[in-house]
Amino acid sequence: MRTIPYVQAINETLHQAIAGDERVFLIGAGVTTPWYVGGTTVGLLDRFGPERIIDTPVSENAVTGAAIGAALAGMRPILMHSRMDFMFYAMDQIANQAANWYYMFGGQLSVPLTIWAIVNRGGEQAAQHSQSLQAMFTHIPGLKVVMPATPYDAKGLLLASIADDNPVIYIDDRWLYEKTGEVPEEMFTVPLGKGIVRKDGKDVTLVATSYLVTEAIKAAATLEKEGIDVELIDPRSLKPLDEDLLLKSVKKTGRLVIADGGWKTAGIGAELAALAVEKAFKYLKSPVGRVSLPDAPAPASPTLEKRYYPDADSIAASVREILKS
Amino acid sequence: MAIDNAELIRMYRTMLTIRRFEERASKEFRGGSVPGLVHSYIGQEAIAVGVCFNLRKDDRMVSNHRGHGHLISKGADIRRMMAEIYGKRTGYCKGKGGSMHIADFSIGILGANGIVAAGLPIATGAALAAHLEGGDRIAAVFFGDGACQEGEFQESLNLASIWKLPIIFVCENNQYGVNTHYQYAIAGGSIPRRARAYNLPVRTVDGNDVVAVYEAAREVVARTRTHVGPYFLEFKTYRWYPHFESDAIPDLRPREEIAAWKKKDPIKRLAKRLLKEGVATARELEAINEEVLGRIDEAVKYAVESPLPRPEDALEDVYSTQGIS
Repeated sequence: MRTIPYVQAINETLHQAIAGDERVFLIGAGVTTPWYVGGTTVGLLDRFGPERIIDTPVSENAVTGAAIGAALAGMRPILMHSRMDFMFYAMDQIANQAANWYYMFGGQLSVPLTIWAIVNRGGEQAAQHSQSLQAMFTHIPGLKVVMPATPYDAKGLLLASIADDNPVIYIDDRWLYEKTGEVPEEMFTVPLGKGIVRKDGKDVTLVATSYLVTEAIKAAATLEKEGIDVELIDPRSLKPLDEDLLLKSVKKTGRLVIADGGWKTAGIGAELAALAVEKAFKYLKSPVGRVSLPDAPAPASPTLEKRYYPDADSIAASVREILKS
Repeated sequence: MAIDNAELIRMYRTMLTIRRFEERASKEFRGGSVPGLVHSYIGQEAIAVGVCFNLRKDDRMVSNHRGHGHLISKGADIRRMMAEIYGKRTGYCKGKGGSMHIADFSIGILGANGIVAAGLPIATGAALAAHLEGGDRIAAVFFGDGACQEGEFQESLNLASIWKLPIIFVCENNQYGVNTHYQYAIAGGSIPRRARAYNLPVRTVDGNDVVAVYEAAREVVARTRTHVGPYFLEFKTYRWYPHFESDAIPDLRPREEIAAWKKKDPIKRLAKRLLKEGVATARELEAINEEVLGRIDEAVKYAVESPLPRPEDALEDVYSTQGIS
């Protein structure tokens, strides 16, 4: 199979999805300016025109609402937010509207909308251009949340999100865009709610999301040299979560470390740790470890950023720590 | 073009249906049979009827928290509406929406919103879908003077205007957001001026004269179907009842003002016209009233006799399982 970068996987998927279904269109501030979104939208405007590749004013809330309205009217829009941070403007439409709609109207009509949320942190851009808000969206019933970590999943989860009848928050991370991997040329889906074991192991279950899967792979290799056999799980979907996969692994290893790029308090790590305590308590041999952002806003200066973002070293340190106890 | 007699009678019957429906819902709420909140539409009946009677079944209409009149005018079944208000399983939303969120998507009612102004972006999106589909479907959204101070209002008017979408913004200026007068809330005191700032054509019409509403809407609907862009209609009116049916929030509006507006009763006004022009006799109008009361009794009976939802239904309809990947 051919190997392509993550960015190309997204670009190819957008081309195929829009060409393959006349209900699918792409909308968002900057979609017609490929550099603005890391090159993911190259060639779309020329091929499909401004009616299906719709640039918007910076009106995050109303544009999100308009995408919801179009979805309710039979379209399957892909709504792009070039930085997740900007989605706070659109929380009314995402949380009050899209998430509640199907339930509130008694299951009459759902919102088949893919909200493509880009994490674009680092590069000294500070607190309002760097956030990873997956935990906030995962909290809300009615939404689905996915975080593809590989080019293969970037394509398969994007197509699955578009095909799903519910609002899906599809979160990718610009730090993954150059990462390469095998991706079939044809269209395929990775089911929402299905995680994957990236590496079998017996000593400790390491769950990593999105970009931190890459760092976790490096950490696992380092730890292997130290005689620590890590089982690495990539949940891919945070909501619905593949509970069975996680619990099966925890029951096998008896130890759990979670590495997620959001904040610590009430974050993804907290949720997964609670799940293990609720449903696999008697198997746990040690406290659960969490690798996350510290509970502080993102800084600008490079030395501060280095301290702020977790990496393979911090993941390995957390694994060693829980193995000691 | 004159409105034919049969249409005038149909409008009268529908306005009276709204009035009697709301009177009964209010009575049952105050008697303890109806849970939740009920926001009465009494006093504003001419607007919903005059506008919706110019919409086709496949046009999309977006309603709000004071929505019963819009729904009845668009053709919703009052039995299922009443059942929803009663929290019954046979209600439009199976008891999950209640009074504020009744909708029938099969007749183009694209939801009823409890968040002030949130329907505007959704209707804008429905109009975007209509625009992408081609054809001559339009969208119409109802909102009050209170919504005009929201960001979603400004953003939606701007989007609809730059994209020339087939949408009619229907502002029911009943002059108060709960107890706050619009002259206090709106800088400059003029809603039309706001709409004109976004390059929308605007017309202000007496919202208590159903014939004037109907004629304005007819012209604007026909224009909007030709894809020349959005239109803004402001209807001056007044709600007779407090913000919602409850004495929890005292009605602080001047008593003389309320009394003066009750003298401008839109239903009596139409009745007078029908009698004067010989369209109907007093006896015929009374027969319509009896018929309407009978249908309201029947709707209440249906609601009362319908089963409550099962407790476990509270967890159903969070996600659509159609088209799930």
